[in-house]
Amino acid sequence: MEAVPINIPLDRKTIKELTAGTPVLISGTVYTARDAAHKRLIEALKRRETLPFPLKGQTIYYTGPSPARPGRVIGSAGPTTSGRMDIYTPRLLSAGLKAMIGKGQRSAEVRAALQKYKAIYFIAIGGAGALLAQAIKKATVVAYDDLGPEAVRELTVENFPAIVANDIYGNDLFEQGRAQYRKEKG
Amino acid sequence: MLIAAKVREIRAKDIAEAVAQLCQRANFELEESVLAALKQAQQNEPSPLGKEILRQLIDNARVAEAKNLPLCQDCGSAVIFLEVGQDAHVIDGDLNEAVSGGVGQGYTQGYLRKSMVNQPFSERKNTGDNTPPIIHTEIVPGDHIRIICLPKGAGSENMSRLAMLRPGEGREGIIDFVVRAVDEAGANPCPPLIIGLGIGATSEGAMLLAKKALLRPIGQPNPDPEIAALEAELLARINGLGIGPMGVGGVTTALAVHAEARPTHIACLPVAINFQCHCARHKEARL
Repeated sequence: MEAVPINIPLDRKTIKELTAGTPVLISGTVYTARDAAHKRLIEALKRRETLPFPLKGQTIYYTGPSPARPGRVIGSAGPTTSGRMDIYTPRLLSAGLKAMIGKGQRSAEVRAALQKYKAIYFIAIGGAGALLAQAIKKATVVAYDDLGPEAVRELTVENFPAIVANDIYGNDLFEQGRAQYRKEKG
Repeated sequence: MLIAAKVREIRAKDIAEAVAQLCQRANFELEESVLAALKQAQQNEPSPLGKEILRQLIDNARVAEAKNLPLCQDCGSAVIFLEVGQDAHVIDGDLNEAVSGGVGQGYTQGYLRKSMVNQPFSERKNTGDNTPPIIHTEIVPGDHIRIICLPKGAGSENMSRLAMLRPGEGREGIIDFVVRAVDEAGANPCPPLIIGLGIGATSEGAMLLAKKALLRPIGQPNPDPEIAALEAELLARINGLGIGPMGVGGVTTALAVHAEARPTHIACLPVAINFQCHCARHKEARL
């Protein structure tokens, strides 16, 4: 299966073309955020404050990288479990977020919101943080520096390997994959 | 008549130094038996996406070791198993402080991610050096200290389960509980997994057994044939769930099931599951 190179922020045409199960190579700008940063973003939206980065059209990568050694861009930087962000995600999608990169399945609410707001959920390989870091060319902390590994970073990525897990048509990679290889009734 | 016991002295500083090294090596170098199991799984996996993921995991181990980069950015809670010989005598410091100091030193020197927060349900402020470690100490015959460092990532740890089954549920009850737990965890714990099972003892005893079961080399069955048969049946059932590498579908949901059993109360059948992701890290030293 040949990976499809795509650029982010995603344009409408690309969003329509992406379907669950398609491997991609992502290039462009992503913002990192995990539990603690999400909590602050949601609070900022509630207070109608300006967010520390432009959410509209953008991509959030759920990762808390390890520290960079001197002279390096970043440490290891693989995805963390997306499900922990499910409670915050529909609100961010309604505010214009267009894509997320993480690992693991999403809740029914998030999957419905992806269809409603026409956004994509990608997975990257959990536990491949050293390999994935090779695709990160630049990293700058843009907000919540006090959160350490959980600070919001702007990352420039080149050919970052990921797979479309949920598309705008309601397809789910995890359901499809499991149905194909399942022998157990459960 | 008094017999002077032969006591061997071990310096706290040497313990700290050993722990610092173990934390780093465990995070940079994937265990050989895990790497071998991943390579085997890559050959057997029919799912093209699953196969590609396994290939990248093998590649990740190569990059991590070559560049001294953590295999996974989640460098874990530092779980430390200590086997202290009853004839070993720690000098020039406190044993637990030495271990904790070693963890702080290792995580800082190695540019490992510090993931520990102080107060679990309110402040959650990062302690800054990944301390405190979780230390399990056992007193054993001998004059040595054996230190095992197991950095435990949260993605898999969060899927842990404990069931206090009714004794009548027996072997079938254990199988149902474990297969269901793995099915419900799905993609979250980063499959392919190593499933640590603790059966018997008490609630906390079973959980500790489950964690210790993760230390066995992959593919080495329990020496008790009845437990080994349970491990084999569970592995086959789990790999029939179809979850596959990272949950994309496939036949490689677990690389191994490691079960340990201990005597228990007439009214009890505790079963603990400790999930371990494919990034199964542990290193040990003997002083």
